[in-house]
Amino acid sequence: MRDEDIVVVEEPQLNAAERMYLPQILDGMRTTLRHMFDTRLRNRTTVQYPERKRQQRTEVYRGVHRLNKDPQGRVACVACFMCSTACPAHCIHIEAGESPWPDREKYPVKFDIDELRCIYCGMCEEACPCDAIELTPHVELVGRTRQEMIFDKEKLLQIYEETKDLKPRKNPARTGYGQNA
Amino acid sequence: MPDIMNFDPSDRTPTIVDRVIRSPGVIIGAAVLLGILGLAVLVVLWMLLGDPIRALLSSQLAFAVLIILITIAIMFSVIATSILFERKISAFIQDRKGPNRVGFWGVLQPVADGLKFLLKEEFTPGQVDRAIFVLAPCIAFVVTFIGFAIIPWAGEIHWPWAAEGETVTTQVASIDIGILYILAVGGLGVYGIVLAGWASNNKYSFFGGMRAAAQMISYEVPLGLVLVVVLLVAGTLRPEIIVNQQAQSGVWNIFLHPLGFLLLTTCLFAEANRTPFDLLEAEQELVGGFHTEYSSMKFAMFFLGEYAHMATGSALIIALFFGGWHVWFLPGVEDTAWWAALIKFAVYWVKIILFILFFMVVRWTLPRFRFDQLMRLAWKGMIPMGLGLVVVQGVLVALGVRIDPASSVGSKIGVVVIYWIGNAVVLGLSLWFAARSPQPVTGRQDNLLEAELRT
Repeated sequence: MRDEDIVVVEEPQLNAAERMYLPQILDGMRTTLRHMFDTRLRNRTTVQYPERKRQQRTEVYRGVHRLNKDPQGRVACVACFMCSTACPAHCIHIEAGESPWPDREKYPVKFDIDELRCIYCGMCEEACPCDAIELTPHVELVGRTRQEMIFDKEKLLQIYEETKDLKPRKNPARTGYGQNA
Repeated sequence: MPDIMNFDPSDRTPTIVDRVIRSPGVIIGAAVLLGILGLAVLVVLWMLLGDPIRALLSSQLAFAVLIILITIAIMFSVIATSILFERKISAFIQDRKGPNRVGFWGVLQPVADGLKFLLKEEFTPGQVDRAIFVLAPCIAFVVTFIGFAIIPWAGEIHWPWAAEGETVTTQVASIDIGILYILAVGGLGVYGIVLAGWASNNKYSFFGGMRAAAQMISYEVPLGLVLVVVLLVAGTLRPEIIVNQQAQSGVWNIFLHPLGFLLLTTCLFAEANRTPFDLLEAEQELVGGFHTEYSSMKFAMFFLGEYAHMATGSALIIALFFGGWHVWFLPGVEDTAWWAALIKFAVYWVKIILFILFFMVVRWTLPRFRFDQLMRLAWKGMIPMGLGLVVVQGVLVALGVRIDPASSVGSKIGVVVIYWIGNAVVLGLSLWFAARSPQPVTGRQDNLLEAELRT
């Protein structure tokens, strides 16, 4: 870096009124009082949650996971362990088995995600080479026991069935999976 | 297994309890019914035991006890509602709606909060100094209440059955050193916080307590100076006489000492540890400050104590600057009948509540001061200004410039103008000195060195 690239910014000098704080305080109170009595703004800004729900941004929202199915209805995962390796919370547990289908070598016999350990960072989705694991816009996750919150393969596939209309699976052609088998 | 993905809380059909709790009619009706019931009990008592009650009401001691009971009852309800109002106001300022699930408009939220505090686990960490740990919240809570002893609630009452000229004062303790007592009690308030910080045996709590001590010492000084200004003009330490003077002349002290009022309000913000002076519980720096280790009711004592402190401070400001129970053109203000006293009492509390609301709006407007800014404001800003005010007012009082209750409106305005000129001189001088003094160093530490080199 050259010396002429460095811009020295002088702190602006406060004038007498600013040093007294009072005019600034009154100015701030004008803003807060305006918001305080603006009922229309308040009603527009705040959504009464359980009764009304805000539209989630389906493409980017990171809610509960799902396991995608390929066009033949099989689980898209090839049990490569990329997601469980990438996972910073170590919440993905996969057991791989010999694939019954000719176009891949492995498939997940078990695929468990501990939704309580998960931090919903989306690294698994980024790591996945065949777009099998994805995060959905669903956030209302409730359960009565911890065991209930460990989602297995069937549950994750069921979430795919429930959310595939809301957020379709990414185009598999992008990864070339299925085409060059 | 319940359907986790499609859980919808709004599917729950409202039970009868939901309906009762949410309906304004039921709650208002219950309150009105309770009020009528209480009045009926009072009337029945009056009819059955008229003479002993009259005798008790006429004796100053028994009447003082009655006022203590009434004040504590009102205090608790005001504290509870002010917690609701704090949450509502913060919500409104941030474009939210605030608590609105328990009762209509959330009016039962204080009840829910109280229940929560009572039912929470009372956890005491192992390494604390147990005796002081328990004592600290008690001090913080009680000290804020005893300041109320000298507040002149509603002037004097002359009972219809009493002899001519025989009155009782609506004040718990009518003492010669009233204002000094407030100062002493206000200074005690910091003990609760410092002891809490010390006893917790936790460095964050300790930092909070230390900050509280330093802040309290700094802001007691301008507070005392402003009180001196008011006392110089009033010529007495008795709060009831100060209020009477304002009521008789009709000129509230705020018109005489606008600058003193600003200083006193700022000091009371600092004394009550409200934003922008709540450094001792700065969440970003100190976890929870002095109350980090406290839970359940012990924490609630600190929490309620803060609101009680606000109410005490407001009562003091109103007695000194806003004419206490006095309002212009209100019928019965000059009267000493019992119904006039009721009106005055109500007026006093309305003023207190308005002031508490002002405290809240300020809290949700201003960011917190940094510690060096806090100290600079006290020692380099407010104390010189307070000293200047004392000098100017002393000169004015020595020259005999005072409000005479019997004089005409014109001469009163003249006195007010003279006082304003005095205030303006002090303000102007302090601004002039502030403009000539080196700029306060803000921001990074390496600037500090440069600034020191420059000066």
